[in-house]
Amino acid sequence: MGARGGLKLQGLVKHFDDVAAVDGVDLELPAGQLISFLGPSGCGKTTLLRMIAGLEQPTEGRIVVDDEDVTDQPPHIRDMGMVFQSLALFPHLTVAGNIGYAMRIRGVAKDRIQERVQELLTLVSLEGLADRRISQLSGGQRQRVATARALALEPRLFLLDEPLSALDANLREQLQVELRLLQQKLGITTIMVTHDQREAMTMSDLVVVMNAGRIEQIGAPLDVYRRPATSFVARFIGTTNLLPGTRDSDGVLRVAGREFTVSGEAASGNVVISVRPEDAHLLLGDPPDRNALPGTVVFVRDLGEMFECYVDCGLDDNVVVAGSPRERVPVEQGQRVAISFPSEACVVVGGGDRT
Amino acid sequence: MRVVRWTVTATVILFLVAPLLVVAIVSINQNRYMDFPPDGFSFHWYGELVNDTGWRDAITRSLVIAAASSAIAVLIATPLAYVLRAYDVRLAPLFYSLGILPFMLPPVISAIGAQVFWLSTGYFQRIENVIVSHGIFFSTLPLVTISLAMDQMDRSLGEAAQTLGANPRTTFRTITLPLLLPSIITGYAAAFVLSLNEYIIAFLVAGFAVETLPIKVFNSLRYGFTPTIAAVAVVFILIAATVFTMFAIFGNLLRFLGADTGVLDHDH
Amino acid sequence: MSDRRKPTRAAYLVLAFPLLMLAIFFVAPFGIMVAYSFYRRISGGFYEPAFDPASWKRLLQPVFLDRAAFSIGISLLAGAVCIAVAFPFTFFLTRMRRRPHVALLILVLSALSLSEVIVGFAWSVLLGRASGISNILVWLGLMDEPRAYQPGFLAVLLGLSYIAFPYCVLTLYPPLSRLDREVTEAAQTLGASPWKTFRTVVVPIMRPTLMAGFLLVFVFTLGSYLIASILGRPEHWTLSVFISDQASFNANVPFAAAMALFLTILSLAVVGIVMLLESRTRSAT
Repeated sequence: MGARGGLKLQGLVKHFDDVAAVDGVDLELPAGQLISFLGPSGCGKTTLLRMIAGLEQPTEGRIVVDDEDVTDQPPHIRDMGMVFQSLALFPHLTVAGNIGYAMRIRGVAKDRIQERVQELLTLVSLEGLADRRISQLSGGQRQRVATARALALEPRLFLLDEPLSALDANLREQLQVELRLLQQKLGITTIMVTHDQREAMTMSDLVVVMNAGRIEQIGAPLDVYRRPATSFVARFIGTTNLLPGTRDSDGVLRVAGREFTVSGEAASGNVVISVRPEDAHLLLGDPPDRNALPGTVVFVRDLGEMFECYVDCGLDDNVVVAGSPRERVPVEQGQRVAISFPSEACVVVGGGDRT
Repeated sequence: MRVVRWTVTATVILFLVAPLLVVAIVSINQNRYMDFPPDGFSFHWYGELVNDTGWRDAITRSLVIAAASSAIAVLIATPLAYVLRAYDVRLAPLFYSLGILPFMLPPVISAIGAQVFWLSTGYFQRIENVIVSHGIFFSTLPLVTISLAMDQMDRSLGEAAQTLGANPRTTFRTITLPLLLPSIITGYAAAFVLSLNEYIIAFLVAGFAVETLPIKVFNSLRYGFTPTIAAVAVVFILIAATVFTMFAIFGNLLRFLGADTGVLDHDH
Repeated sequence: MSDRRKPTRAAYLVLAFPLLMLAIFFVAPFGIMVAYSFYRRISGGFYEPAFDPASWKRLLQPVFLDRAAFSIGISLLAGAVCIAVAFPFTFFLTRMRRRPHVALLILVLSALSLSEVIVGFAWSVLLGRASGISNILVWLGLMDEPRAYQPGFLAVLLGLSYIAFPYCVLTLYPPLSRLDREVTEAAQTLGASPWKTFRTVVVPIMRPTLMAGFLLVFVFTLGSYLIASILGRPEHWTLSVFISDQASFNANVPFAAAMALFLTILSLAVVGIVMLLESRTRSAT
């Protein structure tokens, strides 16, 4: 497939009554990739997707696909396929009827429809189920039918609104992989809305993290994870420790009175430093001079495949250190320990407010 | 508590069944009058239904009126229910109330209204008058059933159809209408049965020229009773009971009436 | 959270048909009824256009007001009787096993399909002297000689309750079947006897539905014509009978129109009052 489906969102705003669901979004997305819109419920990601689909009209802004301004086009003219959260399979049609619907209403010849339906069934591994009724299918099968239906006419945009949220955990992880492989095989520009950051991390080429109608950060999954731009992103993706620090006039950054070096720039005044639990190290004995804090063990979780240790270092929240069984340092509740924070793992994510 | 349960249930069953039994017995009674114990049995009153032109014509007229007026009722209710639920129409509650009002008021009011209306047009005492007035009066039933179905329909179905390229008209034709069909049929059936049994509107609008089944039955009661009335009733009951039993066997009667089926299935 | 589409021109056109039909064949008749209620009645059963409030004045006469009071009274009573019986019945029904459950529902639905005139006829036989309940009681030795209970007040009440009963059951059925079983079980673990549970837990939860069912029966029986005609003496005739007789046999259409409009206002008023009382007591609890 060629590079169809390059998407440009310019100054998009959407108001519902007085509430701004989308509050100024500018985005340029490359074609052929799987992009996730990630964020908590109410952040505007679904509204954004629905505007791209034409199911909502933007209050302000333009939507451009492959240099074509589609903002004023109704949904049935736009070249796209969409999978809805409820899957929205037509209950009165069979599997074949659902998948062939787009072709049927365009007057495509019956035998051509049948051919294409078989192709698509093979694509999603549902051969032989053409004449089944929707009510007879399992959750995973329905998901695949919804996918096949959306892709029937090889649209330039493939839109997914929390497509796996109705499935149980095991099935969800399996289908995440399947969907991703399918997308890579077809090379189709795909935009997926999800609130599950693990899902976004598993499947995406690009992650767009949203909060309160705005974009907080865009980047490849690992970049967003390792270098969160704001404390919101740091907390939303994975878990993290947020350490409050101050940079004085003498240029030295201190956390709880102890000197810290961090990666990247840090403004003066108050800063917030994000360190992932798995990057922090538990030490017995006194803390080293730099990038370390003393503390008391509050709680230990031994989960078999990993362990977590909650330490009270005198900050507002406990500091969490996590690691594999190999890294397990034998500690007990109430024991005095030290935690070291390697400077390359310390990321400045924002100014003083920790919300 | 068990005693209460049994007493209440038994009383109600007796209460509901008693008139059905009476009617059944009268319909097969040899004599004209209801004696107890009955004198002899005969099915010739059922034969009357078929042979007597008076009865046959009344039944036919009522069936025609029911079929035609229910069609009108559905033709009024479907666009009303659909547009009010699919779009954001100003004054929607007012229009919906207008649709419900005919049925909510005591029928005699609609009957008088219809009577004066047709009188003032100068075109009255005809079967068409009854058909139209019934159609309006009973349009509430399909309006309610179809509105309910629209409320329960997943909105994303229509949206999915649009993303697949269907314009609003195609979406209605291929997706919405097929899914509304059960509620349309239910509304039609309800209007049909009620029209068949309706007396006062038919009487005031065209009672002297058009003798419907209920009018004939009522006249028979007042001016000379025949057990053929009972035969009519038994036929109606049997048809209704059969239809509902079929529904219960092949469909899901309980869910249709609004039960929470998840709870029922585990006590068998 | 999304907005419904704004109506297109086509949508307005589609909406026009039903609205037009309703306007012509429902609203217009109402308007004409109002006009007719002021027409003057002339001998021979005709009437001429006029603005004569004579018909409305007749409404204030005790003859009519008595009739109105009786109609409202018997409909309220029928409502109470129906709810009092239908409520426990439906409650038990929803907890039955599948077979008897379905069978009873079919019985209720079959009773629904009996037309009002047949119901009137059947009860007139049941309560008559020749071959009704009293004959059975005599045969069982519980009575000396057969008696006729119809035409009479009780007969009308029974007839009205019978035709309204299935509708009442069908209205109570969905909410009662959805009533969480565990709520009543919880009450019992807290020490409430079945009766107390019913009274202090089930009834309060079901109050809005009971009110709706009561109003349904009220409005429904208020509009009944045939039952009162067949099973009642003239003093038991409801307003509906009165009105339609004026319209047909007495050919006094202006008076009938005035009464019909009065009945409309009355129905709406009673429903309004009851709903007001209901919300008043609800906010007080």
